[in-house]
Amino acid sequence: MSRSLGAKVLALVVGASLVAACTSNSDDEPEEPTGPVELTFWSWAPNMEKLVDRWNADNPGTKVTLSKQAGGADIVTKLLTAAKAGNPPDLAQVEYQSLPTLVSNDVLADIAEQAKPLKDRFAEGTWQQVTLGTEAVYALPQDAAPMMLYYRTDLFQQFGLTVPKTWEEFAQTARTLRGKSRKHHLTTFSAADPGWFAGLAQQAGANWWGIDGESWRVSVDDAATRKVADYWGGLVTEGVVDGKPMYTPEWNKALNDGSLLAWPSAVWAPGVLTGNAPDTKGRWAMAPLPQWSAGENRTGNWGGSSTGVTAASKHRTAAVKFASWLNTDATATAMLVRECAVYPAARDAQAGPGLAQPPDFFANQADFYPMVKQIAETAAGVTWGPNVNVTYQAYQDEFAKAITARTPFSGAIEAMQSATVADMKKNGFTIAG
Amino acid sequence: MSTATTRAGRRGRRTAAPYAFLAPAVILFVLFVLVPIGYAAYLSLRKVRVSGLGLGRGARTEVFAGLENYRAAVTDSELWSGGLRVLGYGALLVPIMLGLALLFALLLDRPRARLGRFARTSIFLPYAVPAIIASLLWGFLYLPATSPLNYLLARFGLPEPDLLGGGAVFFAVVNIALWGGVGFNMIVLYTALRAIPAELYESARLDGCSEVQIAFRIKIPLLAPALVMTTVFSMIATLQVFVEPMALRPLTNSISSTWTPLMKVYRDAFATDDRYAAAATSVLIAAVTLVLSFGFLRLVQNRAFGQER
Repeated sequence: MSRSLGAKVLALVVGASLVAACTSNSDDEPEEPTGPVELTFWSWAPNMEKLVDRWNADNPGTKVTLSKQAGGADIVTKLLTAAKAGNPPDLAQVEYQSLPTLVSNDVLADIAEQAKPLKDRFAEGTWQQVTLGTEAVYALPQDAAPMMLYYRTDLFQQFGLTVPKTWEEFAQTARTLRGKSRKHHLTTFSAADPGWFAGLAQQAGANWWGIDGESWRVSVDDAATRKVADYWGGLVTEGVVDGKPMYTPEWNKALNDGSLLAWPSAVWAPGVLTGNAPDTKGRWAMAPLPQWSAGENRTGNWGGSSTGVTAASKHRTAAVKFASWLNTDATATAMLVRECAVYPAARDAQAGPGLAQPPDFFANQADFYPMVKQIAETAAGVTWGPNVNVTYQAYQDEFAKAITARTPFSGAIEAMQSATVADMKKNGFTIAG
Repeated sequence: MSTATTRAGRRGRRTAAPYAFLAPAVILFVLFVLVPIGYAAYLSLRKVRVSGLGLGRGARTEVFAGLENYRAAVTDSELWSGGLRVLGYGALLVPIMLGLALLFALLLDRPRARLGRFARTSIFLPYAVPAIIASLLWGFLYLPATSPLNYLLARFGLPEPDLLGGGAVFFAVVNIALWGGVGFNMIVLYTALRAIPAELYESARLDGCSEVQIAFRIKIPLLAPALVMTTVFSMIATLQVFVEPMALRPLTNSISSTWTPLMKVYRDAFATDDRYAAAATSVLIAAVTLVLSFGFLRLVQNRAFGQER
């Protein structure tokens, strides 16, 4: 089975490289033909076709064709392959942390010229994710995913717990709960979800990559990240926080039957809870993420995506026009909220009519979205590096190892740092320090 | 004169015919086996070279790497521990799987075996379930929170094992492969058993041989070629174990992304975008597989096929 899969993959790669050999290797900017324009767009957002239909109805001169893709890492692999083969789409939905990988592989175009004026439409932390801290702009932000704390109001009441405002209180709450019940955990630390940990580290002030002039700076193993890692490592070793991965049938069950009382997650969590813990409708509430020192107001991002224009697109101007309509136009962003259930990155849209009502699952929390908007403004900025995939892979392996072997989490952070640096050095990136 | 030319022409056509018949298979073989293998070998000698920040146009080029990827692969301790794990896995799985397959085949081949067709089908059935589906189903059975086994144990107040925990997960994977693999091997052995002439059993019985003695003295020795074949197939499948641990990985902290060598290939190619390292490791796995299977064949050739020479 695996052998035939390998053969198929290789066959694809061979085909792709043959095509690439015939078509690529021209350094010139693609020419912009005039007349009616046809654009192709890859996205995984549900109901995106409705937005595309709307655009096509209003803009007969520019016809966009949507192709539905699998999200996350899959679309990145596919984009890399398609770009090598010389036939990528004109536009693609890309998660923020994948942008540098795609830029580094020459898949995405720098659209600064047209996109710069849109800067003020987005929160600063969000904008930083599409510029990589340079003068370039590699995509337009589509959705933001600020993190917050979700907790079971009924069970908090039953066990006499209060909503923790700091991480110190959070740890204490976890202990209190374990003292009262051996069947419950406040939450779980997941070695399977690097994006989740990255968001928590951003909140503490971590910035794993940076660009200093002509070289990269890698600081996965910085004080802020270590602080976060050791904090969670302590709780897992103590046994007051579970160490099982999220997004497993077991985790679904634990959320649904109340074995897990809280979930530090992002703005899209109501959707996940609706699907994975349907029995708990109306029993959850959302609060800001606990803070590292009392009185602070900071959060990180877990996920979120943007719309990029490919370097091979022959209609760059038209493509950017569509991307800016999609992510900043009032009608479009209202549809993004209503049809695609995303939390829009554009500031105006965050206060739009689509977000006047709380999500169904949180019907009891009328100020859900006004609160989210406030929290979103406090999201830390972040620069992603060109090999986030390597760092994330190291996170999964090293944290899983640390949890099973009961070794300090800071060891896993060290391993992530060295894996990241080793990979960048091997590929020839210039690294400072 | 004219007959001679016709004959020559006919002979020419005759020699061309086999090639014409072979052509489709050969072309497909070349296109989808040889060329990809060649391309993998080529890729294994290449690497990416990035300059500066790697963000501008053409900042990334592919260059010749020599044996660098191979050096990295053989010095990677993760690959070694994955390889050793797979050897242990094979050492456990292959004997049990073939032992059970042989036992079932012999039982079904007994004269007056009851429910033969039903038993044969039900033992074979798991093989028809795709490995990925089987692994997901077993995953549900293993996870403490969803496992009926743990549910029962908890009801009786007994300790609940975590079958996906550190040590147990190895056996959990073996179990899935066992469940899926016994049926296929049983059918191969059973078919070979049916091909043994019945006169042999008759004369053995006339000489006062018991059914057990028939099994050990006649059936098993005559099954040797089939046993060798199933062993080679199982060994190759073992070295390429991938689907089962890959499907269980998201459920547990105990399976790393390099748990088996093939998982490392997958990780390099699709998770960390290093097709070159993936190609080098693939070539190494292929080489080891060849050496082990041919080594085993040489070892048993004389015993198994001796009488056929």
